[in-house]
Amino acid sequence: MNKKLEVRAPMSGVFYRKPSPEQPPYVEVGDAVKKKQILALLETMKVFQKIKSPAAGKILEIIAQNETPLADGDLMFILETE
Amino acid sequence: MFSKILIANRGEIALRIVRALKELGIKSVAVYSEADTTSLHVRHADESVCIGPPMSAKSYLNVEAVIGAAKRTGAQAIHPGYGYLAENGDFARACKEAGLVFIGPTPENLYLAGDKIKAKAAVNKAGVPIVPSSPDGVRSIDDAVAFASKIQYPVMVKASAGGGGRGIRICPDEDTLREEFAVARAEVKAAFGDDSLYIEKCLVDPRHIEFQVLADESGNVIHLGERECSIQRRYQKLIEEAPSPVMTPQLRQAMGQAAITAAKALNYFNAGTVEFLLDRDDNFYFMEVNARIQVEHPVTEMVTGIDLVKEQIRLADGGRLAYSFDDIPLNGWAIECRINAENPDFNFAPSPGIIKEYRPPAGSGIRLDTHLYQGYELPIYYDSLVAKLIAHDHTRDGAIRILKKALQEFTIQPIKTTIPLYLEIVDDPDFQKGDIHTGYIRKFVTDDDDDDEE
Repeated sequence: MNKKLEVRAPMSGVFYRKPSPEQPPYVEVGDAVKKKQILALLETMKVFQKIKSPAAGKILEIIAQNETPLADGDLMFILETE
Repeated sequence: MFSKILIANRGEIALRIVRALKELGIKSVAVYSEADTTSLHVRHADESVCIGPPMSAKSYLNVEAVIGAAKRTGAQAIHPGYGYLAENGDFARACKEAGLVFIGPTPENLYLAGDKIKAKAAVNKAGVPIVPSSPDGVRSIDDAVAFASKIQYPVMVKASAGGGGRGIRICPDEDTLREEFAVARAEVKAAFGDDSLYIEKCLVDPRHIEFQVLADESGNVIHLGERECSIQRRYQKLIEEAPSPVMTPQLRQAMGQAAITAAKALNYFNAGTVEFLLDRDDNFYFMEVNARIQVEHPVTEMVTGIDLVKEQIRLADGGRLAYSFDDIPLNGWAIECRINAENPDFNFAPSPGIIKEYRPPAGSGIRLDTHLYQGYELPIYYDSLVAKLIAHDHTRDGAIRILKKALQEFTIQPIKTTIPLYLEIVDDPDFQKGDIHTGYIRKFVTDDDDDDEE
């Protein structure tokens, strides 16, 4: 039985899908991810924190747009886990 | 004298410069991003220009937008503050080419001071001691290991470009060096676009002591005494004071002269800071020159009575230095706490938000440099420094007592700040005795590493 898992912003910040502008995104829709794999970065007041997958699974949806501000608790990803 | 100056910065330093300009009778132009429309520096300046969207790269770091704003408003000069474009040689050059005065060092100074390896070589050649380090950087792990064996462990891996502690790795032995070298290289490449590294001897728990220097167009250089900046976390200063509790007249004379020699070796102009490490045997070593006004400049101002921002402007306008350190009676002791919107109980996580309750401290011996006010929303886009609290008294003990009282009075809610950490520090016997070094903060905080990827 698969279930959906939401990954939300732990605080407000700017959402980045890539480690740097010229590099590819950490993950794409459909990618299989491991637990604790980096999904994105969140920059708050010049501090970058890694957003990691809370569980092993697959990326169902990427809700947040690259380089956009998010509020605390905003939805970033939806994963499908076993 | 200039009649209008643009300030290419934001936050507390922009407000500090606006105030200096008002006192000098010079019109001020603030620049701001779309995230800073409600900032005090915008409100208090005579004119303001929006230079772009919230992200710094598109606004405060946008050279074209900043220079365009200066040209449109008729400003004759630009004060860069600290951070952003303050130490950008290309920006200083672009100002010159646009017919604007850059209030700071020359482009050549900025290029040289920004290349730490070259700056060290130039200063060392003039006779100022430096921490033993690889003179031309290291190109490979084998080079790094060979050099480390020569100067003996512990060593530090450091980035040739950039700053803020990026890429710095302390390596007590060869195994650690081999492990950390590639990681440090990747980190500095990502941060600065330049992956050159060098190896430096790591002193055990030294003090960080820096000297404020001023230089005029004619090559006159003076120093304004030292600042003790040993209390740091991850190479970011937290508490600074002037003078240093460890300073003697003889050591000040020697270090002050070395600071002047270093500035002259770089053909330096305007205000700058010469940073040294001081070991337990009073040996001092040149580290780098910070070619800007420093965050911690107020402590020097409090004990010397000299307004450093006004001096920067006067020197940029061709003013001469007709005084020296010996002409200045040092007045007491000043201690500054950098109050950051960070949670010290949660690995210093940033804490943005709306300031719903704001009660600043007051009373004799207090200076507060801040852009906060009740109802202000701290943007997510910028640095977490929200206030600099400076206490001044005749003695160090007196300054500590005033600082403690001020910290207790200071309310900034509901965001988290570093005030509780400073309240612990001011009660610490080692701090009270002045027995501090660059590893001192380990008594209070442990760094959580975040490298648990699977």
